[in-house]
Amino acid sequence: MKEFKGDAIAWEIVDGCIELVLDRPPCNEIGSITLQELERFTSALDSLETETHALIVYSRQPSGFCAGADLRELYYRSKEVGAEAAATGVRDFLERIHCVLNRIDASPLTTIAAVHGVTFGGGFELALVCDLIIADKMARFCFPELRLGLVPGFGGIPRLRRDLGNAIVRDLLLTGRSLNAAKANAVGLVSQVTAEGQALKVARLAASQVQKFDRTTSAAAKDFIKPIPYTELRREIELFCRLFSEPAVNAGLRKFVESTDALPYLP
Amino acid sequence: MQSLEQTVDEILNLASSHFKVSRSELSPTDDFFKTLKIDSLQALELLTRLENHFRIELPDYEVQGVSDFQTLGERIQARL
Repeated sequence: MKEFKGDAIAWEIVDGCIELVLDRPPCNEIGSITLQELERFTSALDSLETETHALIVYSRQPSGFCAGADLRELYYRSKEVGAEAAATGVRDFLERIHCVLNRIDASPLTTIAAVHGVTFGGGFELALVCDLIIADKMARFCFPELRLGLVPGFGGIPRLRRDLGNAIVRDLLLTGRSLNAAKANAVGLVSQVTAEGQALKVARLAASQVQKFDRTTSAAAKDFIKPIPYTELRREIELFCRLFSEPAVNAGLRKFVESTDALPYLP
Repeated sequence: MQSLEQTVDEILNLASSHFKVSRSELSPTDDFFKTLKIDSLQALELLTRLENHFRIELPDYEVQGVSDFQTLGERIQARL
């Protein structure tokens, strides 16, 4: 499928580059609909990769790239089905989202996340599977999961540790603070910082540069320098599932859902 | 180093210009959530703009519970 327009994402090929667009209000929260559509995307990827050099992931939502997992859906579904079925459902969701993200991580294409605004939790984890992160200067990165009694569950810790020093990973994880684009660039997380509203344009320029290189060489270089931390990713799923059964999580989720604030887990 | 008064003044100017509120309607003791009519998402945007403007890093937990320009100015001043 060369192009697709769903309820949460869309993709098309533009100048030899796949453009994957996140477009689900309010801020591309990743729930079951987004997951199903991402699975359609990764199923189509084998075919798309034969005629493209790069993949750009970006958001059409003004508030940001992606605010992470759909915690409202998680809370209400858990309440509906009960604790045991909820735990099974969470594990199934994690296994599936990991398959999607591992597939994008392993793509032979050069992959670029063009981000702006809120890039939190699962959204940050989606950006981390990409080879390059190009950030609008108003972008912010954060792992707020500890506020909910959880750890990032979409591969965030192993992938962040793959890219950065352990100290900054601990800082982000244990304080839950957000980093602006300038700081993210300074620590090596973001490769380029752009003016407001220019991340996609700059990502497209990077994608056109990538097209100048031999595909096989680019893929070999990527494979050499960007190993996928499968063992740690597996451990992260187990840790998340263990923590999910703790009472603190339900209390954190309830507080989140009952809040009318735009970003309930933030100050 | 600039004074706290100057810092708060710069915050008020930036808030006025970005959120399209007359500068004369803003004072240091105002609750910026109410005066600017912003939610936490926009407050985060304000934080990013202030970090970019002052070229500082201000962890969001330091502004947790802060809602007036004066205290926000004090937090920023401590980082200049």
